[in-house]
Amino acid sequence: MSVLVIAEHDNSELKSATLNAITAAKELGDVTVLVAGSGSQSVADAAAQVAGVSAVLHSDAAHYENGIAEELTPLVVSTAASFDYVITAATTFGKNLLPRVSALLDVEQISDVTSVVSADTFVHPVYAGNALETVQSSDAKKVLTIRTTAFEAAETTGGSASVEALAASDAVGTVTLVGRELTVSNRPELGAAEVIVSGGRGVGSAENFAIIEALADKLGAAVGASRAAVDAGYVPNDYQVGQTGKVVAPSLYIAIGISGAIQHLAGMKDSKVIVAINKDEDAPIFQVADYGLVADLFDVVPEMTGAL
Amino acid sequence: MKILVPVKRVVDAYVSVRVKSDNTGVDTDNVKKSLNPFCEIAVEEAMRLKEKGLADEVIVVTIGDKDCETTLRSALAFGVDRAIHIKTDNVLRPLAIAKALAKLVEKEAPQLVITGKQSIDADNNQTGQMLAALLNWPQATFASEVTVEADKVTVTREIDGGLETLTMALPAVVTSDLRLNEPRYPKLPNIMKAKKKPIEAIEIADLGVSTASTLAVQRVDEPAERQAGIKVADINELIEKLKNEARVI
Ligand SMILES: Cc1cc2nc3c(=O)[nH]c(=O)nc-3n(C[C@H](O)[C@H](O)[C@H](O)COP(=O)(O)OP(=O)(O)OC[C@H]3O[C@@H](n4cnc5c(N)ncnc54)[C@H](O)[C@@H]3O)c2cc1C
Repeated sequence: MSVLVIAEHDNSELKSATLNAITAAKELGDVTVLVAGSGSQSVADAAAQVAGVSAVLHSDAAHYENGIAEELTPLVVSTAASFDYVITAATTFGKNLLPRVSALLDVEQISDVTSVVSADTFVHPVYAGNALETVQSSDAKKVLTIRTTAFEAAETTGGSASVEALAASDAVGTVTLVGRELTVSNRPELGAAEVIVSGGRGVGSAENFAIIEALADKLGAAVGASRAAVDAGYVPNDYQVGQTGKVVAPSLYIAIGISGAIQHLAGMKDSKVIVAINKDEDAPIFQVADYGLVADLFDVVPEMTGAL
Repeated sequence: MKILVPVKRVVDAYVSVRVKSDNTGVDTDNVKKSLNPFCEIAVEEAMRLKEKGLADEVIVVTIGDKDCETTLRSALAFGVDRAIHIKTDNVLRPLAIAKALAKLVEKEAPQLVITGKQSIDADNNQTGQMLAALLNWPQATFASEVTVEADKVTVTREIDGGLETLTMALPAVVTSDLRLNEPRYPKLPNIMKAKKKPIEAIEIADLGVSTASTLAVQRVDEPAERQAGIKVADINELIEKLKNEARVI
């Protein structure tokens, strides 16, 4: 079986989510990574080094620079012709692109695959992770997005795949990127962090979030948040952890001033160790926490930062 | 400009669903159903564009059994002009939904389709993108801001690293994210009016769309339950446990 993994990148580096997708792909067959970008040779080279990758297809053209779905779709659809599977990580990039590809291939996509049961059968969560659906696909070609937290990242070295140039598809030109406002931070990326410190409505304000950030920096952690904290404007949108935000599974997740709504739990309950700090001893977050501390966050969080 | 808003009836966001004991699915009988929250945001956005004079007509459409009429009425209560019910007793997956919607788009010729980025039951996050692909229209998914000017739409999108703004020629498909707007609470007179508005019914077969799926559900399971751990007395005990017991710091 042959598997095409669409690489996610910024034209200089391969995103770590692609490494998780590659691990899932390896369970299905021979892995080819498609790198479509502009001035993206370093990404193609990096993909070729990833352990378990057999081949890299590299298509470089100006209209692939910004990862616009409308531009990438024709390339992915035509390349997919010789593969049994088309895969991306279930990141905003993958979620945006792959259904477009799937519809044109006339294939029913399976979103957020968490486990490969067999060549045609996959498990994926539904209802905010409150149910796991095992589905069998009778489509000749299978189109899957991969939940990154369910598969280890493939090693970035050890591979020696060939890099083959692929002719670009024609520019579509219907969509123009006006700009990006990317969160600049020296902290690890939320999706790949080993430790995450998250704050909720209980933190109370954007200024107070400094307490959360100070603890995160002490631990070398990423900062996350509940929807309530994002909606209230304490932190940027992309900090949201949950059913409709990011799904994370770090070694340590510290939830501070977060009640533990189903939608939040959907994004973090597969973390290895969960700590909850909340002043309400009945907060549902304690039902999933390995270590719970009933306390006022304004007292204990600075104390913890100081004690570490 | 006409705006078409596809909406879905789902189990309410605040219901905790249970997997059926025979593992064939999730028990959705006798639980509260609502308009999918993301679809509600889509309806609100369409109405705001209309209220700003940027759209002449807002049409909502849903695909499903007779109970979905309630969902259309709750959307109509936002002040929506018309509702269309594509009827089927089968539960459709995103590709079939997108195909049916594409047929309706041919018929209604809207300039803009706004829908939710995902339904909170199946969590697929596919329909809007598939519809855009079938129509060969541009798409702006996960929208947190939408500006319509003459023949183009500019959309700020929530992406993993932050925000991205795209501009595209109409017609286009936009899918809403949580921060696009805060939906209104429909006023009583609008709720009353919505009860009386006619709903156009179309049988899915008349659109020539098959409801068959290539995906067969083998089984549905509860996820492994996480056990509640212990309560620690203070920060010192917490740090001690994290260092020596869990060994994560
Ligand atoms: C369609 C939809 C999608 C959603 N998607 C998401 C999602 O992806 N992610 C998500 O997180 N939510 C999501 N939600 C929202 C979710 O339902 C909850 O509303 C949200 O998670 C609540 O956030 P919170 O825990 O910060 O706030 P609250 O529920 O208000 O909890 C605040 C907590 O802080 C505690 N607290 C207050 N002050 C202190 C103090 N001084 N010290 C210690 N503790 C304190 C309180 O005891 C309380 O438990 C979604 C909802 C819907 C309808």
